[in-house]
Amino acid sequence: MHPPVRLGVRIAVLLALAVLPALTGALDQPFLLDLALRIMILATAAVSLNLILGYGGMISFGHAAYIGIGAYAVGIPAYYGEYSGYVQLPLAIGAGALFALVTGYICLRTKGVYFIMITLAFAQMAYFAFVSIEEYGGDDGLVIEQRSEFTGIIDMESTHQFYYVVLVFLVGALYLVSRIVNARFGMAVQGAKDNDQRMQSLGFDTFRYRLACYVIAGAMAAAAGWLMGNYNYFFSPEMMGWTHSGELIFMVVLGGAGSLFGPLYGAIVLIILEEQLSSATVYWPLILGAILIAVVLFARGGLEGMLAKLERRK
Amino acid sequence: MNAPLLETRGLSKAFGGITATEGVDLDVGEGKIHAVIGPNGAGKTTLIAQLAGMLAPDSGRIIFAGRDITRLPTHARARLGIARSFQITSIFHAMSVLDNTLLAVQAHDGHSYRFWRRARRDKRLTGPAMAALEQVGLGHKAASNASGLSHGEHRQLEIAMALAGASKLLLLDEPMAGMGAEESARMVVLLRGLKETKSILLIEHDMDVVFALADRITVMVDGKAIASGKPEQIRADENVRRAYLGMEGPGETIGDA
Repeated sequence: MHPPVRLGVRIAVLLALAVLPALTGALDQPFLLDLALRIMILATAAVSLNLILGYGGMISFGHAAYIGIGAYAVGIPAYYGEYSGYVQLPLAIGAGALFALVTGYICLRTKGVYFIMITLAFAQMAYFAFVSIEEYGGDDGLVIEQRSEFTGIIDMESTHQFYYVVLVFLVGALYLVSRIVNARFGMAVQGAKDNDQRMQSLGFDTFRYRLACYVIAGAMAAAAGWLMGNYNYFFSPEMMGWTHSGELIFMVVLGGAGSLFGPLYGAIVLIILEEQLSSATVYWPLILGAILIAVVLFARGGLEGMLAKLERRK
Repeated sequence: MNAPLLETRGLSKAFGGITATEGVDLDVGEGKIHAVIGPNGAGKTTLIAQLAGMLAPDSGRIIFAGRDITRLPTHARARLGIARSFQITSIFHAMSVLDNTLLAVQAHDGHSYRFWRRARRDKRLTGPAMAALEQVGLGHKAASNASGLSHGEHRQLEIAMALAGASKLLLLDEPMAGMGAEESARMVVLLRGLKETKSILLIEHDMDVVFALADRITVMVDGKAIASGKPEQIRADENVRRAYLGMEGPGETIGDA
């Protein structure tokens, strides 16, 4: 029997995230809590990207658009005085799903590098569309006065309560993906990634399964965007920028595409690295680039792949 | 006689100026093994691709179980009951051997918009998938990664996937290609045993196999079906001997080799 390294790390990371608010309170390090929040929100988005990229082979270079859409679903209602979370959250999920459905219907007719480029193009279109809307701050975006309201249930303004809301979304996203990829739907999507022609000759309408998967991932990422808008008290088109889409891909690849917890590990490592390196040198993107190249060349399975290797060696 | 399970009428396909199939008429009877033979480049694989829906014919019709399927996409034909195996092995390399056949079963068990229950614990999938593997003699490899199999085992897996789907018609494109003598003999027994439940369109180069299995044979040369009939008729057919057997030595007949 191999020691369950991967399971151990998974439990340790989730436990650490669960007890962090108590720790940061004791150590008087509110900054850490803020960092963890950002990690968890982006990790939730990365988990959703991993569903289409890692399991489905759909390399979307426009996934940050959904984060922006989710944030606007907080900000626009708030601009008109509607703060209810029961309005904002379904709006975010619905808008994300709809954007994925419409763009996916077109994107998924292409493959490979064309798919990458067209997802990027749609995200940029969303970016420029919101830049052009002066009412909502144009390219500066707008401040959100207060977080989504769930009166009597959760106080999102409380940092600790908001923290656990975010943690629940992250764990929920992980659980959802683990169910989906092991269910029949997930088998169909992974089969289509592996050998699309064969899937069709077996009788699968692969286009539709891919599209459904793309919509689920879009909705999940928009939910992460809803968290992001609440976290920042702010929304702007910049959140949809292609560099952010690139970051999400970085997280998935670094952590291990097609592994359940990979995106979370990738998010943790990338954001901490960014934090550390950017205070040390202005050339930090160079170092990050080098790390990514090293991962792609020498550790195809990413961090989760390394853990798996460790597990087999012992 | 019952209407054939699969009929083609005047099936033609050309790539630019090059004719791949020209006016092919074919009848595959229910529960029969129908072999298509012919020299390389005769259009046999192109024929299968048109039957499976991967290539659209320029003209002609394909009728399956009384229904015109000429314009139906690949996945819709598969769901009607046409399974195909590939001349060049086409499997899911990143998956286990069992997963490969499991997908073939899943394809025929309703839609796959099922997001919650674990597919690998679903007896309705694993049962028939395992049975298909046992049938081709791959049961002991179920848990292995598909990419790690030998060439012969890949061919067996191809057949298992075609079997697992509970299809009515199997389009088998050189199923024995690259198999050892022993595996090949085993496959002949297996295919003969399938006749009870399935019809088979078989492309095969090994004449021993063809004459051992086929109920009917169609000979294709340069995209045309030049003869069609029972094995003994084909063996005796003058046209066939001139066009196809001319390549073999004088006095020899096909099937004796």
